[in-house]
Amino acid sequence: MTLEPTPDATPWAVRVEDLSVTYRTAVEKKPTLKKTLIRLGRRERIIREIKAVRDVSFEIPHGTALGVVGVNGAGKSTLLRTMAGILPPSRGRVEVFGRVSTLLALGVGFKGELTGQENVVLGGLAAGLSREQVAAKYEDIADFAELGDFMEMPMRTYSSGMYGRLAFSVAINMDPDILMIDEALSTGDARFREKSFDRMRELTDKARTIVLVSHGLRSIRELCDEAIWMHEGRISMRDDADTVVDAYKEFLHLKREGSDDDV
Amino acid sequence: MSAVAQTRQSDEFSGDHHVYEPHKVGLPPLGPYFRALWARRQFLYELARTNLRAQHFNTTLGQLWLILNPVMLGIVYFTLVYIIRGGGRGSIFLAHLMLSLFAFRLVSTSVSRGARSVVGGGKLILNTAFPRLLLPLESVLESFMRFLPTLAVYAVVHVAVGLPIKPSLLWAIPIIALITVFGAGAAMFTATSQVYFRDLTNFLPYFTRIWLYTSPILFYAEDVPQKLRPILYCNPMYPMLGSLNDAVIEGRMPPAGLLAASLVWAVATVMAGTLFFISREREFAIRL
Repeated sequence: MTLEPTPDATPWAVRVEDLSVTYRTAVEKKPTLKKTLIRLGRRERIIREIKAVRDVSFEIPHGTALGVVGVNGAGKSTLLRTMAGILPPSRGRVEVFGRVSTLLALGVGFKGELTGQENVVLGGLAAGLSREQVAAKYEDIADFAELGDFMEMPMRTYSSGMYGRLAFSVAINMDPDILMIDEALSTGDARFREKSFDRMRELTDKARTIVLVSHGLRSIRELCDEAIWMHEGRISMRDDADTVVDAYKEFLHLKREGSDDDV
Repeated sequence: MSAVAQTRQSDEFSGDHHVYEPHKVGLPPLGPYFRALWARRQFLYELARTNLRAQHFNTTLGQLWLILNPVMLGIVYFTLVYIIRGGGRGSIFLAHLMLSLFAFRLVSTSVSRGARSVVGGGKLILNTAFPRLLLPLESVLESFMRFLPTLAVYAVVHVAVGLPIKPSLLWAIPIIALITVFGAGAAMFTATSQVYFRDLTNFLPYFTRIWLYTSPILFYAEDVPQKLRPILYCNPMYPMLGSLNDAVIEGRMPPAGLLAASLVWAVATVMAGTLFFISREREFAIRL
């Protein structure tokens, strides 16, 4: 498969340079023609800029498991989506060396009326695999998810845990060079979580890279070597995972009582 | 197979090395874009097929609705014309009505499904990087798959009313191809517009109905009074349905003028639609 310059040609799996991502959204939730016409009549512009990521630069070496922590709205998910090529950068540059597999907040993200099996096939094909490649991976995906007969049931009948298991199974079985996970480990049960962790450790042992966005600070501690802490679109800290989690916890305690470590 | 694997290495959406930068000009590099699109043709087919199957999964008659729907629609409009004119127009008119109605539905379902394709594909868009043009194209493919069984329905009508089977029928193939291409272009327009104006799908059913009534379906193009002809000539469905009617019902080669007009409408719409869609698609993820 690897005909192009191999990913190992650079020390970095991901390089982010001066990245800014700015959403320009209309203030109203659902843009409608009527409101637009009214606005045109009044010569108003309601575009508001949301600077989700501001001048962020960092590199991720191959074989690293990088955790990303931060409060809601700190820009973690936006950063991840930009690295996955789903959102366009507004400024700066993202360079990714390797095949990416993503597991983003909304799960597999396919169609509820289709079966798990159909969704897996569609997801693989959408990611650019051929039908044969998907078929070759299908057994592994179904085995890992341990959903049994539910694979032939429409996904709207799934519980959120089952949904999460299938989504994770798809992402990890794509044999990615870089696995990007956004807050998806909280849905499975404890045993599945352990199993997922083992598989992710296997990945990093093979010099693959993981980026994990999570509010589960224990997951970050257990799995990641390094972590970055994002605050208001900027990186306010980057260090080894324990140091960052400790500092972040301290920060959370300042803001309100209670511990996040049991998540 | 190896050729496909090779292009996959270098396209924007998969492969081993990606650079994401801001795009000042709206268009992504078109070569890699269409290669990535082509590499996902199986996805297109698979999505259309499973969607089609899922839609009638819960109904008693299931896939039979793909036949029943158009037949009943044909009966409804035939009855309507019968009552309004106070009498029948003969069996050949029934054939004309069915044929034109089914061809029109190919376009109108492309347009209405296309309008929902991007906004309805929200989760897929937020989770996977792929050429978004696949979404409206899937709507068109699905509409075409719905159209195929109606051809069988029409074939029965064609034979039943005693219309001849002649070589001129073959003209139907390129004409239907042009209708499909036109529908694809229109679907790309509605898909993009729906992202910005969510009211569109509310307007569409009324717009489509007026379009249906102003197209030569419930009447022959020749019936249109002289002073209303300009309206007819502005309608892209007129040259397409007109030439289809000539080829299949009248059994003759359609006039070159109508064929040329169909070609121009189809190509212009699909090119403009593609450019419009592609220039906007990278913004979709932040607008959903």
